[in-house]
Amino acid sequence: MDTPLELGGRKFSSRLIVGTGKYKDFEQTRRAVEESGAEIVTVAVRRVNITDRKSENLLDYLDPKRYQILPNTAGCYTAEEAVRTCRLAREVGVGEMVKLEVIGDQKTLFPDVPATIEAAKILVKEGFKVLPYITDDPVTCLRLAELGCAAVMPLAAPIGSGLGIRNPYNLAIIIEQAKVPVIVDAGVGTASDAAYAMELGCDAILMNTAIAGAKDPLAMARAMKLAVEAGRLAYGAGRIERRLYATASSPITGMIQ
Amino acid sequence: MAESAFNITLNGEPYRLEGDARLPALIDRLKMRPQRIAVEINRRIVPKSEYAATILAAGDEVEIINFVGGG
Repeated sequence: MDTPLELGGRKFSSRLIVGTGKYKDFEQTRRAVEESGAEIVTVAVRRVNITDRKSENLLDYLDPKRYQILPNTAGCYTAEEAVRTCRLAREVGVGEMVKLEVIGDQKTLFPDVPATIEAAKILVKEGFKVLPYITDDPVTCLRLAELGCAAVMPLAAPIGSGLGIRNPYNLAIIIEQAKVPVIVDAGVGTASDAAYAMELGCDAILMNTAIAGAKDPLAMARAMKLAVEAGRLAYGAGRIERRLYATASSPITGMIQ
Repeated sequence: MAESAFNITLNGEPYRLEGDARLPALIDRLKMRPQRIAVEINRRIVPKSEYAATILAAGDEVEIINFVGGG
């Protein structure tokens, strides 16, 4: 039996965190989240559409009593914007946990590291449980953990790229040093990527496009759930050493002559 | 009662506010529910406990946000 994921003072049995963007409609979002088994879901903070008012709301499909809602600061390019977004998100009333992302570049959507650190300092001081999306740089991850972030969320590859785990060695260092949970955020393309990240020893994975963008999002959601569980199990089980040459699985004695 | 007609800026757009100028009336008119939104007036967040006592004034810059799908 796996130990629960402890995040921001709460315990979760699922180690898969899913986004809610890019789905056809709220109903498909709800069903994909259900299939994934996720207990934490990310959402974006946006202006209410005044001209085209629908009274339906995403939270009507994802009950905040059942799911930990994790508002993000996607689209923010400065620490100030990100902090303002988090303060607004908290006021909706779904808790203190936020996914901090301060984007540094439009094309790669890589994080602005100094701005992320600056925003994290302010948010931690204000009592937020900060989960920062960050570059897969071990030193930056250490700094973010030291200043009080509830987890670090290094990217595996650019957001939405589906390139998979581009730098497993950096992730391994981050995981080895970690004093807070390490959540691989962004870059996963398919189930084997998710399993691989979990086998490296990360505590959880956050993904959106890999599920929402699949031809069959519900099937992929289920695949990801199983992959995260399988990867976690394999990590705990302890894989064999890699060897260059064969070692026979069957006895080498007692052969018929 | 705060009966009036004036302009505010709502989510970056000009908005004509007529009748009841209290914040809950605006929220109601927009078919929104307080537990799904957060409100900022002139860059200051309005706690939900203050909605009832908040009366909008001409020129106010109002931001109302909610959660949408995102990663």
